[in-house]
Amino acid sequence: MDDTQRIVMTGIGLTAPNGNNLEEFRTNLLNCKSGVTHAEIRYMGKQVAGLCDFDEFKYQSKKLRRRGTRAGSISIYCANEAVKDSGLNWELVDKSMVGVFLGITEHGNVETENEIYEMHQNNLDWKLWSPHHNPRTVSNSPAGEVTLNLNITGPHYTLGSACAGGNVGIIQGVQQLLLGEVDLALAGGISESPQTFGIFAAFAAQGALAHHEDPTKASRPLDKNRNGIAISEGGCIYVLERLSDAKKRGAKIYAEIVGYAINSDATDFVNPNGERQVECMHKAIKRAGLKISDIDIVNMHATGTGTGDVNESKAVRDAFVSSDKTFVNFTKGHIGHCMGAAGSLELAGNLPSFEDGVVHPGMNVTELDPECEIKNLVFNEPKHIGKVNYILNNSFGMLGINSALIVKKYTV
Amino acid sequence: MTAANVRQIVIDIISDIAPDEDVTGLDDSKSLREQLDLDSMDFLDIVMELRKRHKVEVPQEDYPKLATLESCVAYLSPKFA
Repeated sequence: MDDTQRIVMTGIGLTAPNGNNLEEFRTNLLNCKSGVTHAEIRYMGKQVAGLCDFDEFKYQSKKLRRRGTRAGSISIYCANEAVKDSGLNWELVDKSMVGVFLGITEHGNVETENEIYEMHQNNLDWKLWSPHHNPRTVSNSPAGEVTLNLNITGPHYTLGSACAGGNVGIIQGVQQLLLGEVDLALAGGISESPQTFGIFAAFAAQGALAHHEDPTKASRPLDKNRNGIAISEGGCIYVLERLSDAKKRGAKIYAEIVGYAINSDATDFVNPNGERQVECMHKAIKRAGLKISDIDIVNMHATGTGTGDVNESKAVRDAFVSSDKTFVNFTKGHIGHCMGAAGSLELAGNLPSFEDGVVHPGMNVTELDPECEIKNLVFNEPKHIGKVNYILNNSFGMLGINSALIVKKYTV
Repeated sequence: MTAANVRQIVIDIISDIAPDEDVTGLDDSKSLREQLDLDSMDFLDIVMELRKRHKVEVPQEDYPKLATLESCVAYLSPKFA
């Protein structure tokens, strides 16, 4: 294939509850170090949550942080880290040909809740409603904050795709590069969800909010005694470019994106449909021109809910029934559910496998749910599997949106 | 409330909405926007904070009266009386 039609990842910027760069994140994934803690949530009190501790003011002034949102702050940190990591001379980059494409689960809940809370604290004086509310809550806001911060004049927008957002943002970046709309994409996903009580309250109402006296043990995907989702924030943004451009500047290449698929269940608001998930994975493998057994690692979406994990486990068993050499892991035991950031963050956690041949484990499985047994499932201990060429990353969301992304080890 | 108190109220609000700015040594007779990196949204924030913290209302037609620290004190002092 022509190098102008091949898209590669040349920079990564991330913040997760257990790491503020790829090296730290990977080390903590291998060592089963959780980033989930307890946080005080308005009205509800102490809840399990995954919070990030990156320096908000590394790339942003205090005033603009105050004017923007937590999602914008996470996006600005990740975008700057990604650009720095890519080795690009940012001064020389044509900013009109840079695009920012960020997957989000939701946006605007935080500010809306805050404004209503303030109004209630002030005798319902509606004139106290902030003039910043609209620019903070428009859906493009986090991506727009990145353009303001980095002087990017190409396109920017977010992709509302529930918890498939991280994969969907990357896929959009790939498509915009292939269309020739941009020469460089800052693409990925972000989440500020723990800043809003409504998400906690809604998962609690569904009986799907994780709880445990030790918060580091609360997020237990595939464990028989799992009790729900640990809500987390985070972000992961990649620098994507055409292979021809990356080669020209001698860039370090993390991976090539060779396949992807997005589809819809069309069956339920919240309950996933395993058959559609299988179709999504197979569609991505087909697009990549691969055999099922070519996939070395599958990262499951595995959120820690009863039904979701059982359905996805069956889907992965069915999708990879013909492969004995595909290993399976998951990431939310370490970091909770980073919502719109989950897909892009979890992919980043597996990328170093191309170099070290190790599959990081899923953590917090004390007793594997028999309904979640999967061939070659890696949990609690890392596993050295030797050469890794292809990783498939699953990310699914409410309203039945499924996404699968396949990356390949880049070899000259 | 003294003029100095009113001045301090305005300074405190500016310090919160523009935390990167150095508010020491401001010239009270000069425009705040000439001395600090403030834009129209910041002035809306000043109005909002006066209302929230001190129940002082500033109608839109009076916004120009917040241009300098001197004019702020002159305009706001009767409202704090």
